[in-house]
Amino acid sequence: MSTSAFNIQTSNELTRNVRPILFEVRHALDALLDKGETSIIDLRSIPLAPGEEETILKTLGQGEVHARLNALGPSEIYETRYAGVWLITHYNEDEAMVSRFIEITRLPDILKSQTEDMSKALTELTQALGTQDT
Amino acid sequence: MKKDLSMKDGTSKKGTLGEVLHSQGVSRRSFMKFCATTASMMALPPAMIPMIAKALENAKRPSVIWLSFQECTGCTESLTRAHTPSLESLIFESISLDYHHTLQAASGEAAEAAREAAMEENFGNYLLVVDGSIPLDNPGYSTIAGISNLEMLTESAKGAAAIIAVGTCATYGGIPHANPNPTGAVSVKDIIKDKPIINVPGCPPIPVVITGVLAHYLTFGSIPELDHIGRPKVFYGQSIHDRCYRRPFYDKGHFAETFDDEGAKKGWCLFKLGCRGPTTYNACATTKWNNGTSFPIESGHPCLGCSEPDFWDGGGFYKALSMPTEDISKTAVYAAAGAAAAGAAIGALNRGKKNASNKIHIKTTIEDLRK
Repeated sequence: MSTSAFNIQTSNELTRNVRPILFEVRHALDALLDKGETSIIDLRSIPLAPGEEETILKTLGQGEVHARLNALGPSEIYETRYAGVWLITHYNEDEAMVSRFIEITRLPDILKSQTEDMSKALTELTQALGTQDT
Repeated sequence: MKKDLSMKDGTSKKGTLGEVLHSQGVSRRSFMKFCATTASMMALPPAMIPMIAKALENAKRPSVIWLSFQECTGCTESLTRAHTPSLESLIFESISLDYHHTLQAASGEAAEAAREAAMEENFGNYLLVVDGSIPLDNPGYSTIAGISNLEMLTESAKGAAAIIAVGTCATYGGIPHANPNPTGAVSVKDIIKDKPIINVPGCPPIPVVITGVLAHYLTFGSIPELDHIGRPKVFYGQSIHDRCYRRPFYDKGHFAETFDDEGAKKGWCLFKLGCRGPTTYNACATTKWNNGTSFPIESGHPCLGCSEPDFWDGGGFYKALSMPTEDISKTAVYAAAGAAAAGAAIGALNRGKKNASNKIHIKTTIEDLRK
């Protein structure tokens, strides 16, 4: 059977949610610059037709920073071509997407080293050095 | 790494979720990711992520007793998705699943002893999860360890803090309740009247909706706000139709008339093909299935309305909602003579169906099996 039998066709007439989301991003970026307010938009909470999320991602593009976390499965984090607008995609251990956010901030919190992890790291490093000394 | 969904051994029942995750080597960054995904699955604003993190970190692990009655195990399969260990399975790390006869290793008397011990130890505080309907016609239709479903439910409900009815069978009777309802199947709410009950319907429910309800209980220590038929508004507050990406076509009057016409190929609205989206309340259109891949309408099939009461008896899945469910004039004309009410006609029609079903049902004998 031809694979074209499974081709899902999309239309130009879709939800019309793409531009409102992009305007929301613009508004949030303005608030970040003006008042220092950060914002997060959950892309899974908005009805989007096949192809519309890709349109949003394509419009935002990719900027200078790209990070990959390995925490309970991978996470892809990159700054879009618009500084201060970040795309964060979390995957599970099977690399299936579990959540996707647009975060408008100077640096997403999840990229920063966390206090609890640093405390644990300090203990481990101290132990490691102590072991080396003996 | 596949998460362990088997019974907990009881040694880790005490302590908070934060302690449990910490003991498993889960980093703070991983926990933040977990909380962000939990907020998304609970349909809460992302601004609440720090609050969720704080609450979940300090959440005590509740004992959960899971009872399965007249069901197909589809709800458990949906929830565990054994082939796809996921971030949501961490929710299971945060509960003490003390009884679930499909997942537990123990069987027979040992399994029942585990249930009784969990009930006694956590009386008044455990969560009772039920999937499947309860037969009232004859207790022998469905039993576990010789205990009827009705007896097990009423006994287990006594000490429950709250009950979560999972799947359309537990919430509204589901397919066992469908006409002619041969076992007299009823829902949990038809039997238990003195406990808070959260209905999580669907055939099966979306896995993240089930875990989202558990996460809500863990986060806030209370049951979520419910609609008029007991469903959490956060997941069932809007109709499929309202959130459907094909809605603009409905508004313009662009409909697929068949499954292979030009309208279907252009992705137009499936209303005329029987879509129950306008009368069905669920999160399929936004949460979607298979890790957010798609949902039935996106795959080109109308919504069946599986999270609504009596969805099986709607008169045909491929008739538009605007069409009558049965052609009374043709099929029940004999009963509609004079001023007979339409209700009486439908009742006669149902009885007719039941009698016809009984007539064509041929019992299999030992001799048949030997042929």
